[in-house]
Amino acid sequence: MTVSTQPSTDTSARAASAQLPQVQEPRNPGMALDLDWVRSVQANTSAIERRAATIGTRRSVKKEYQAAWLLRAITLIDLTTLAGDDTVGRVRRLCAKAANPVRHDLLAAMGVGPLTTGAVCVYHDMVETAVAALSGTGIPVAAVSTGFPAGLSPFPLRLAEIGESVKAGAKEIDIVISRRHVLTGNWQALYDEMQAFRAACGDAHVKAILATGELGTLRNVARASFVCMMAGADFIKTSTGKEGVNATLPVSLTMIRAIRDYHDATGFRIGYKPAGGISKAKDALVYMALMKDELGDRWLKPDLFRFGASSLLGDIERQLEHHVTGRYSAGYRHAMG
Amino acid sequence: MNIPEIFETMDYGPAPEDAGEALAWLDTHKRKFGQLIGGSFTKHARGFDSRNPATGKVLAKVGQASAKDVDAAVAAARKAQKSWAARSGHDRARVLYALARLIQKQSRLFAVLETLDNGKPIRESRDIDIPLVARHFYYHAGMAQLQEAELADREALGVCGQIIPWNFPLLMLAWKIAPAIAMGNTVVLKPAEYTSLTALLFADLCREAGVPKGVINIVTGDGRVGEMIVTHPDIDKIAFTGSTEVGRLIRRATAGSGKSLTLELGGKSPYIVFDDADIDSAVEGLVDAIWFNQGQVCCAGSRLLVQEGIAERFYDKLRARMNKLRLGDPLDKCIDVGAVVDPVQLRTITDLVAGAPGDVYQAEIEMPETGCFYPPTLITGLAQSDRLMQEEIFGPVLVGTTFRTPDEAVQLANNTRYGLAATVWSENVNLALDIAPKLAAGVVWINATNLFDAAAGFGGVRESGFGREGGWEGLLAYTKPRGTAKSLKPIAPTPAPKDGETPLLDRTAKLYIGGKQARPDGGYSRAVWGPKGTLQGHASLANRKDLRNAVEAAQAAKGWGKTTGHLRAQILYYIAENLSARQDEFAARISGLTGASRAKAEAEVSASIDRLFTYAAWADKYDGAAKGVPLRGIALAMHEPVGVIGLFCPDDAPLLGLVSTVAPAIAMGNRVVAVASEPYPLAATDFYQVLDTSDVPGGVVNILTGNHAELAPQLAGHLDVDAVWSFSSTDLSAAIEAEAAGNLKRTWVNYGHSRNWAGAEGKGRVFLQAATEVKTTWVPYGE
Repeated sequence: MTVSTQPSTDTSARAASAQLPQVQEPRNPGMALDLDWVRSVQANTSAIERRAATIGTRRSVKKEYQAAWLLRAITLIDLTTLAGDDTVGRVRRLCAKAANPVRHDLLAAMGVGPLTTGAVCVYHDMVETAVAALSGTGIPVAAVSTGFPAGLSPFPLRLAEIGESVKAGAKEIDIVISRRHVLTGNWQALYDEMQAFRAACGDAHVKAILATGELGTLRNVARASFVCMMAGADFIKTSTGKEGVNATLPVSLTMIRAIRDYHDATGFRIGYKPAGGISKAKDALVYMALMKDELGDRWLKPDLFRFGASSLLGDIERQLEHHVTGRYSAGYRHAMG
Repeated sequence: MNIPEIFETMDYGPAPEDAGEALAWLDTHKRKFGQLIGGSFTKHARGFDSRNPATGKVLAKVGQASAKDVDAAVAAARKAQKSWAARSGHDRARVLYALARLIQKQSRLFAVLETLDNGKPIRESRDIDIPLVARHFYYHAGMAQLQEAELADREALGVCGQIIPWNFPLLMLAWKIAPAIAMGNTVVLKPAEYTSLTALLFADLCREAGVPKGVINIVTGDGRVGEMIVTHPDIDKIAFTGSTEVGRLIRRATAGSGKSLTLELGGKSPYIVFDDADIDSAVEGLVDAIWFNQGQVCCAGSRLLVQEGIAERFYDKLRARMNKLRLGDPLDKCIDVGAVVDPVQLRTITDLVAGAPGDVYQAEIEMPETGCFYPPTLITGLAQSDRLMQEEIFGPVLVGTTFRTPDEAVQLANNTRYGLAATVWSENVNLALDIAPKLAAGVVWINATNLFDAAAGFGGVRESGFGREGGWEGLLAYTKPRGTAKSLKPIAPTPAPKDGETPLLDRTAKLYIGGKQARPDGGYSRAVWGPKGTLQGHASLANRKDLRNAVEAAQAAKGWGKTTGHLRAQILYYIAENLSARQDEFAARISGLTGASRAKAEAEVSASIDRLFTYAAWADKYDGAAKGVPLRGIALAMHEPVGVIGLFCPDDAPLLGLVSTVAPAIAMGNRVVAVASEPYPLAATDFYQVLDTSDVPGGVVNILTGNHAELAPQLAGHLDVDAVWSFSSTDLSAAIEAEAAGNLKRTWVNYGHSRNWAGAEGKGRVFLQAATEVKTTWVPYGE
């Protein structure tokens, strides 16, 4: 997604080409499971925490830079609803917000054209509704899948679930891995599972949710990241949002360093999606600085970086209004999603 | 750039911190400063410009203190000292607490002013320097509070002259002033010429904190002012942080003056990366090690030692990381590397790197067009023999080489004259905890770097100086044992009588070197006569070659330092046992030499046995500490032996003096070269027979006899000796301290004062403290 000063007549086509990784980048074909590599991976927790703690103090974006960064953040959001009480009406409203995330007067004041969120993320049952609601916007629909969030339903059903969501029009599938494979060091099983999920996705691109809050150690997070990338994940993602601990900066640092090493070794760029707990504009800026400094600007685009978030957008809108007016904003001044 | 453009480039953009408040504070002083003496500022008379190194702009005029100013400051400190020390610890704690609080309340003003004056990034002054300053005052407020209960046997030194560097202006001020005033000293502090402004702001704060007049005096100026402080006759202690070169000058200038001295000097600290390390974290650690404060850090991890198998990959990652560093306006909140402190320093760095061998890589980043900036630099492929591997650069320049094995890493790490800090990266706890004690350094960080805290001692070994700052050990530098010193009368050898009596059978006392008796190289001996005109025997006159041999033997007995305290205790008990078996013989010897009554002589032997038991007891009980530092992890303060200690034994107690000094030294794992009592040397030569029968490994204790005055400069000047103690009745203090400057060995001399060897001052913790170095090993943990 690009923002132009001219109103675009062809947003949908350009948006579609920008958000889907398979269009921008050669898709990660995976590689043979390299257990030597996996087992040699180290992650020193206190050092990682120290680095993570200084990202926000070493980097700061102000004024028009901050506004531009926040606009970019919007294009990175997988606007998400994963609630038991989701209905067709609720999902349609969310999709409408995804297509028009910021008030038009604010965009005009900043001199930017229309923009959208990166995707909309729903459960399988809401895929068709979302696909229909987003028709013509170019915004892809992501479906959480494979027995989300615990991933403990029968394996054939998990595979079948992917197939159903793809058939329903989901362009992105957020699968959950079997945590027990990580916790028992059964990397082969994790690799095989991930490969099967990837195959079931076909052309839809696959995000591997590691559920990092349940993996026990950062070393496990790093090793699981490598195994999933080796098995062909297009994205690695922290959390379902349902674990006790979701996306954190230390976990993110661990995962994106794995992405960097995988890219150095294979030449393939894997995307990253922190999910759960990122609700403030300031947090989003810190994550973006982390991506920029550790991976580079290429990973600040929606085909390689997404926020899994539901309330982040609201805070960003308020900050943008503050930028435009110089006065602090209120939530009710912005349309709900 | 407008918003749509930035949306595409995703640049960081400027994020300047406002300097308005700091500049306004300078204006309240009309941008001209005098000296803080006796609680008020003198008028600015003459001085120099203090500039912002990032822009070259003049910030203020700082005064150049005159000799009169320094005299007045010392006089004010002297006048205030007694009543300040007489206040209760709680009273002093209140003042330190107020300083801590006020620093916190003015933290941003301090941070901005520090960055303006020094050029360090605002992130560092805001998040590291100033919080550590406040922490240091809090911590030492607590030390003042606890002093009466916990340090009852020690008292303040008096007036302290403190000279601090420009790299951490306010932090070094805090490290110096907080412990000094907490213990009841008063201070005359000189900030560095380049960076006096935060010290002057602190001076303003002192008045608000209720610091009594004269307790803190601040004089500004260049090295000449420092020299006035160092040589001032009414100052009791000098504390200096700065270059090894100046530290050496100070050591010489204060030699024999009786001033106590602590020096925190330069370094070329190794940064060791093993192949099982978390490499990304180790790369990131280097950002904190060598690109922290533009590398102008005495303990900067400036010498990268990386295991050969991962070296290329490590360098690649490091170069990529360097290219992500942001360098520029130090007041920008989005800057990693700021300005070098002064054009002079910039030139030094530039000259050192120019024409360096090896592979020089400089970060490919945007550089400001003006101001004192130097790019982050990595020089790989250097050999240990290259100058840049040996010399401190004090800039953002990292030099690197490789190693093959853990042993080789230690050898390379220790192949330096410095010994300030070291960093070890490994995920293997066995390896990391094995390497840390082997490194010649005062501070070791495991899987981290440049961690500091008021509770953890900081300071070096070798030519990185001596003394610790922080923790209980830091208070030793600002206190002394209570008691008044009595002067020690020189004791001359008994002159030969006209008609002497000779023994029935001649006995030969030799030198004792490396566990063997050795004839003196020079082939000279001296007849030793008793006061009753009886010839007691002949003592060898050791010369410099005997001394060299003894030091070599002591150095060869390195294994002693690695033995367990339990083993050393057993050997000390065994010495006592064997001495006890020959009690009568030793008593007769002492009587014969000194003319002491038989009862007194027997008492000296008994006291010697008792003393051996004391240090046998201590050998496995002088524990280190786990410090309560504010992080998930521990800082271990471990006592390590100093190394080889040269020792001039007391003349007055020929056996007890020898035992009282040798025993604590070897109990702590040191090896000694002891020069026996000069007038009464034969008790010591008898004693080597006791050592011989007590399982003391050869070389651990070496005993020489001879002329103290002649041997003192040789032993103190020997570059492979780590410490020299003198309790001789010949006043050797000036000669020893001056010669010790060569390798900055630790000294403990008596300045012509006596010590009651039979009493409490003849034993105890002061001896153990002198016989050990505190090494602080930081071990952050967490999985």
